[in-house]
Amino acid sequence: MCLAVPGRVLEIEERDGTRMATVDFGGVVKEACLEYLPDLQVGEYAIVHVGFALQKLDEESARQTLELFAQLGMLQEEFGDPWEMAAEAGGLPLPGADETSQEARP
Amino acid sequence: MKYIDEFQDPELARRLLDEISSTVTRPWALMEVCGGQTHTIIRHGIDQLLPEQVELIHGPGCPVCVTPLEVIDKALAIASRPDVIFCSFGDMLRVPGTGRDLFRVRSEGGDVRVVYSPLDALKIARQNPDREVVFFGIGFETTAPPNAMTVHQARRLGIRNFSLLVSHVRVPPAIEAIMRSPDCRVQAFLAAGHVCSVMGVGEYPALAERFGVPIVVTGFEPLDILEGVRRTVAQLERGEHRVDNAYPRAVRPEGNPAALAMLEDVFEVTDRAWRGIGVIPASGWRLSARYRDYDAEHRFCVTGIDTCEPAQCRSGEVLQGLLKPHQCEAFGTTCTPRTPLGATMVSSEGACAAYYLYRRLDIDKSAALEASPVG
Ligand code: SF4
Repeated sequence: MCLAVPGRVLEIEERDGTRMATVDFGGVVKEACLEYLPDLQVGEYAIVHVGFALQKLDEESARQTLELFAQLGMLQEEFGDPWEMAAEAGGLPLPGADETSQEARP
Repeated sequence: MKYIDEFQDPELARRLLDEISSTVTRPWALMEVCGGQTHTIIRHGIDQLLPEQVELIHGPGCPVCVTPLEVIDKALAIASRPDVIFCSFGDMLRVPGTGRDLFRVRSEGGDVRVVYSPLDALKIARQNPDREVVFFGIGFETTAPPNAMTVHQARRLGIRNFSLLVSHVRVPPAIEAIMRSPDCRVQAFLAAGHVCSVMGVGEYPALAERFGVPIVVTGFEPLDILEGVRRTVAQLERGEHRVDNAYPRAVRPEGNPAALAMLEDVFEVTDRAWRGIGVIPASGWRLSARYRDYDAEHRFCVTGIDTCEPAQCRSGEVLQGLLKPHQCEAFGTTCTPRTPLGATMVSSEGACAAYYLYRRLDIDKSAALEASPVG
């Protein structure tokens, strides 16, 4: 959660009076709010934290950081299924899944 | 030097290390404030690559770790209510409260949902007008502005079934508390880069001056850490104590003005308890009076909760840099990521988890771990 990931703005639109963007994080595409970086343009890079662009970044540093995060599995940590990761860390069955499907798991 | 090949630019890493080695003439203790930095350091063995005189002390900068048990217990109580959809970041799922965690609450039928952004929680509130949607708002200065914006949006759009359980913390008062502690050994700080992306460096010069400590704003990639250490050691050796920005690609001195304005509007500074450490004056934010209606603590009666910290857990000392995780009796035996006693073993930014994941062979407890009934 502490992690802020650089991403590239693909598209910008106004929604409910809020400036929102579609952002590409090294292949994972998510939404981000641009209210804190109102000048950010399509094609530019920013550091995005919990769905908010917080600071502009140059392309070169953004690419390097993304590459590093991908290598270290940190993109998976940030964007993977949190229930699965928590269950795995705890050696526990996924909560909310129904009993039979649980038992069918290896 | 088995780790150095794994650096993005091993040649530059070696140059930085050489420069640090040739500058340092006596022992120095630096604290990296941010949990993300701690993970980078342990993962890449940076503490082992540095000359012996340079000691890195892990700081309290993991938001998940410092969220007080009482707040976790309040979250669990609210999340258990049948009328509530409780939304949280994934990191909070397995943080132990008294006796259970959010993961367990969901197994028991609670509607706990993980969101990527606080705005997702607001969306859930709009889609479920007959339910109460509560978002668990924890974190440092990086996470507070997104949460502030979300509450602001809720009010602007007239969404009334949304509230925030707030436990935001601020870094500068924590630095002050650490420096004031009689046991403090910290001589300089590697400040948390992303916190400064939002806040700028405004509060740091006064701290550097008052306590005579260099504060170097540092990123969290391996080379960022080495550069931060290089600049810090250079200052220490020269007897200086300035604020220096070693992360200019993401940090402007003025921070992010729009985010700062929103913080000021939505939150007000308050005393806050830090898990394992205790109350630090003026170290947190709560919703300001104008937004009190959006405060989950006001909306749901969650007082009178009996909290109980496991007596064995020494995370308070770990978070203040007084103890290394593996020096805790429970480390790797009764306390593992599977059966965590403290939040510092759960969180992906926690110091105990970092040691367990990357340094467990350093400890002479692997036999005990094999034999323990966990898992
Ligand atoms: S190892 Fe476990 S019990 Fe010990 S301080 Fe860390 S979290 Fe607490």
